[in-house]
Amino acid sequence: MKKFRYTPLQIAIHLYAWSGLAFLIFDFVTGRLSANPIQDLERRTGHHAIALLVLSLLCTPISIIFKWNEPRKRNRTLGLYGFFYVIIHLIIYIDLDYGFAWDMIVQNIIQKPRILVGLLALLLLIPLAITSFDIWKVRLGKNWKRLHQLVYVIAPLAVLHYIWSKKGDILKLQGEVLEPLIYGLVVAVFLILRIPPIKKALASFSFRNLFLRNKKVQPPEQAELEDSL
Amino acid sequence: MTEKFGSVPVRSYEITPKHLFLSRRDFIKAAGVVAGSAALAACAPSVSDDSQNAAPTPTSSETDELGNPVNSYEDITHYNNYYEFSGSKQAVLPLSKNFKPLPWTVEVGGLVNNPKTFAIEDILKSFPQEERIYRLRCVEGWSMVIPWNGFTLKSLLDMVQPTSDAKYVRFETVFRPKEMKGQGSPMYPWPYVEGLRLDEAMNDLTILATGVYGETLLTQNGAPIRLVVPWKYGFKSIKAIVKIELTSERPNTFWLTASPHEYGFYANVNPDVPHPRWLQSTERRIGEFSRRPTLLFNGYGDQVARLYAGMDLRLSY
Repeated sequence: MKKFRYTPLQIAIHLYAWSGLAFLIFDFVTGRLSANPIQDLERRTGHHAIALLVLSLLCTPISIIFKWNEPRKRNRTLGLYGFFYVIIHLIIYIDLDYGFAWDMIVQNIIQKPRILVGLLALLLLIPLAITSFDIWKVRLGKNWKRLHQLVYVIAPLAVLHYIWSKKGDILKLQGEVLEPLIYGLVVAVFLILRIPPIKKALASFSFRNLFLRNKKVQPPEQAELEDSL
Repeated sequence: MTEKFGSVPVRSYEITPKHLFLSRRDFIKAAGVVAGSAALAACAPSVSDDSQNAAPTPTSSETDELGNPVNSYEDITHYNNYYEFSGSKQAVLPLSKNFKPLPWTVEVGGLVNNPKTFAIEDILKSFPQEERIYRLRCVEGWSMVIPWNGFTLKSLLDMVQPTSDAKYVRFETVFRPKEMKGQGSPMYPWPYVEGLRLDEAMNDLTILATGVYGETLLTQNGAPIRLVVPWKYGFKSIKAIVKIELTSERPNTFWLTASPHEYGFYANVNPDVPHPRWLQSTERRIGEFSRRPTLLFNGYGDQVARLYAGMDLRLSY
């Protein structure tokens, strides 16, 4: 008999992913949302979506730096959960907030850069979500990897959507910019790690190697690292 | 979707507005007086039950002049934009508990003939308090209808007599980072400063508020004294004022300094001037489900449009 086993990391990921919706429903049912509940729903689903997407980006660097293979396998779960919250976020925006008033929604897309970049990030996420299953990975071959490199476009767009949704001026470090800035820096670091020389250096150096210097260290599986980054 | 909201046990907007239950109490008191009997007064609770079915006595504070019902005291005192405490509107109330609105003085000076520092008690004594029911439109796209108590800014300015050089009025919020946690953030140009052109400040609609619903102003609403300029976006209505200064130069205001690309000095409510972040052609009234159209000058055009005659409101926004 095959046992259904979840690793602690998997359990943590599923719990964290569902916690966003669970807390939202709890607060809604118990009347803990603010006097402007639709705005609360919009903000909180958007925030959870972006947190999940940024976490999915962190998986591979964590695997490489800590020579811990598991996180790399979980980026798909995190990414799909992120997409799930993006869709809820969109439905709340179109239905609850604007009541399907398409003229206003179109006006928003044209007038507000933050809405436009948010929409772009969402549209680009759709093919990634659809092709995230193994069967597509096989079917698309090399193109699958190419397609999924779209995250390097999606993540900055999503963070930009978040930054522009907050009051203030990020370039002057004025306003509600601290949290979006942290997300922005994480994504920036992730993109920097993509630069070839840095990527190579990272693959041959790791904290774990540092700690285990005196012990026998297995050589990094270069091919696998290359594939995953 | 209204059904969905109906499943919530008690929504804040279902709570009886304070003036309604107060007017019910008046009704009860009146009933007691008419009966003229101490015995009947002792039966007050049962009288009160009967009065539940009676239509509430109409009072001036039920709607604004356009017929919009006032928001509940609960909403007004629990949903607050007050960055001195927090950027989260629900976090303001708990964080405001440490703030001490008394003792308090307001220094009025600058280009005036009679500079004067008022203790808050003197202000309450010197200027008769009246009720003003105003719509408050936040730049973020939500709005409320609030029964303020206060007095015209004009009556205070007349007392200190602005000189002929005075063109603007500059307002400043108290700076107490120990009591106002948000002021510890280096991300904002504290203290909060706002400004009005002198003719805007002298307009009869512009008031200094010291109360809401007949109650003393609470900290989260800007205690002990705040500005209310109903035809402008809410951020112009500066809270917890300690200094009012008449100037010849346009003051550098808080949000204009923090984010010059999005906040104008005038900040008149205008559905036709787009904001880079929020749609300004509609708004959501707190307690309502659907959006409603935003009115030019927040519906106060008759009283204030002449202040901007000949100005391009798209440029001077």
